[in-house]
Amino acid sequence: MSGAGTLELSGIHAGYGDFQALFGVGLHVAPGEAVGVVGPNGAGKTTLLRVISGLIRPTAGTLRFGGQDLAALPAHELPGLGIAHVPENRRLFPHLTVEENLKVGAYTPSARRHFQQRRDHVYTLFPRLKQRRHQLAGTMSGGEQQMCAIGRALMSGPRILLLDEPSAGLAPLVVQQVFELVRRIRQEGLTVLIVEQNVAQVLRIVDRAYVLETGRVAAEGSSAALAEDPVIRRSYLGGH
Amino acid sequence: MTPRAPRGMSGLTLPILLLAALACVPLLSPPDYLMHVLITVLLTALAGTGWALMGRFRLVSFGHGAFLGIGAYVMGLLWNYYDISPWLGVPIGVAAAVAAGLLLGYPCFQFRVVGHYFALVTLAAGEIVRILIVALRDITGGSLGMTPHQAPPGEAFAAMQFGKAGFWWIALAAWAAGLLAWRLLDRSMASKALAAIAEDEDAAASIGIRVTREKLMVTALSCALAALAGALTGQYRMYLNPESLAGLGISLQIVFGAIAGGMFSIIGPTIGALITIGLEESLRIAFGTQFTGAAALVYGILLVLFMIFLPRGIAGLLERPPRASTGRKAPAKGTVPAAQPPG
Repeated sequence: MSGAGTLELSGIHAGYGDFQALFGVGLHVAPGEAVGVVGPNGAGKTTLLRVISGLIRPTAGTLRFGGQDLAALPAHELPGLGIAHVPENRRLFPHLTVEENLKVGAYTPSARRHFQQRRDHVYTLFPRLKQRRHQLAGTMSGGEQQMCAIGRALMSGPRILLLDEPSAGLAPLVVQQVFELVRRIRQEGLTVLIVEQNVAQVLRIVDRAYVLETGRVAAEGSSAALAEDPVIRRSYLGGH
Repeated sequence: MTPRAPRGMSGLTLPILLLAALACVPLLSPPDYLMHVLITVLLTALAGTGWALMGRFRLVSFGHGAFLGIGAYVMGLLWNYYDISPWLGVPIGVAAAVAAGLLLGYPCFQFRVVGHYFALVTLAAGEIVRILIVALRDITGGSLGMTPHQAPPGEAFAAMQFGKAGFWWIALAAWAAGLLAWRLLDRSMASKALAAIAEDEDAAASIGIRVTREKLMVTALSCALAALAGALTGQYRMYLNPESLAGLGISLQIVFGAIAGGMFSIIGPTIGALITIGLEESLRIAFGTQFTGAAALVYGILLVLFMIFLPRGIAGLLERPPRASTGRKAPAKGTVPAAQPPG
C-alpha cells in the first residue's frame, strides 16, 4: 500500500486539550487520486487536515506519506516533503502583495530555485492573479484570495495538495469557479485531498470520499456510490 | 532577476557619497559640543536601527537596554580586569549579547510567546540585566558606574581611546554597518518570511517557513547592533552606568526614538535619534537641573501622540506610497512606483 506519495492515516485520535475531536480515523489517498472528506460542522474535518499538515499532533495512530512517518515532524518540514496545505479561510498574508505571497510560498530551498518557473505556471493557471500581482492580497475578492492561496501552495511544488473548505464564504458562482480550478489542478496529475461541507459540489470532482461524523468515518466509497446512497442523499444532498 | 545587480549598484552610489561627506565632518573642525551630540545621535540611531529591525515584524522588545548593557559591560570588564583591548572586547561583548538574545528568544519563540507577552518578557529581561549590574557592585561598580582604565601614553589607539574625530569615524562606520544589515535583510527571503510570520504564524509554518529559526536570526542581528551601540557608547563616554546602558529607561528611549522616526523605514530610527537626542539636549539647556524628569515626560506624551496620529513615524511622511504595516519599504527615493519586481 505504501507506494511513493501515498498518504495513509490509521487509527488517528486527536483533539485540543481535553476536547477530543477525532476518534480512530483512517484514510488513504493514492498518488494521482482526488479524495474528499465531507461531513457537517464540527465533524472534525479541519482537525483532520491540521493533523496531516503537522499543526496539531495526533494523540494516537499512525500518519504516513510515501512510507515516511509524519507524526513527529514539525509543520514547516512538510512542504519540503511535497505536502502543501491551503488552510481554512485562505490565511493569506493580507498586507503582502499577491506576488510576495507567492514568493513566500516558494520559501523552501528547493522551491526557491524554481520560483520564476512556478510563478509563471501559477499565473497561467490563474491569469487574474497576474493582473493583480502588485495588489495587497487582503484587498482582493474572496474568490481571488482563494486562487492566491492555492497558487501560494503550488509554489512549493507539492505532490499532494490539502484543501480545507475552499468554498467557505464564497458566493455560489465563485464556488463553481474555484471547484473548476481544483478540477484543472488535479488533471495535471496532482494528488488532492479536499475537505468540504459543500457535499454536492465536491462529489463531482473527487474520485472517492469519506463521510466524517462526530470524529469518526461514518461512510466511504466512490463519489458515484456515495451520491446514490440514500442516507447520504437525505443528510447532505437534500434528496429524498 | 537580471536587472537587480545594476540597480543595486546604482542604488548604492548616493549612500556612499553621503557617507563620504559625513566622514569629512571632523575636517571642518566643528565645536566639540556639536561633535559630541552628533556622535551620540549616531550611536543612538544604531541602537534604534537594531531595535526596529525586529520591531517592525511585531517582535516588540521593551528590553533592548539589556543588550546595550551586556555589550558595554562585557567590553569594559574585559579591559579593566584582563587588559583585553576594546578592539577585541567589543566583538566579544556583541557575541555575549547575541548569546543572551538567543537564550531569551528561543523559549519565547518555541512556546509562542508573542505580542504583549513577548514585550513583557523582554521588559523583565532588561531590568534583570540592570539589577545584575547593580548587584555585582564589587566588580561592576554598581550604581556608581564604571570607568575604563586610561590607556598608557602612546597606546590610545590600541585601547580604542580617541577624541571626538576618531569616535565620529567609528560611530559612523558602525551606523553604516547597521543600515547595511537592514538593507541586506530587506532584500533577502528572510524579510518576506518574517513579514509573513508577523501576519500569521500558523499560515507561515504551513507553507514551510521555519518560524522559530527566522525569528532567532533577526533577534540575533538586532541584539548585535544594540550591543555594538552600547559598547561603543560606553567606550566613547569612558564611563559605564547601569541606568544609561541597561534597564527600562534606555530601553523605552530606544523604542520611542524608533517609533517617532519610523520603524518601517531604514532611516526612520536615525530620524528618531535626532529627535530624542535633540529633545534631551534642548530640555537640558532650557531647564538645566531644575527639571530632570522633563525628557521622560515629554517622551511619554509624544509617544502617545505618535502612536495615534503618526504610527509610521516621521519617515512615514516622507515615503510616497503608504503601505499598510510590516515589511518592505518603497525603494530609495520614492520615484519608483509601488509596483516593482521582487527584490
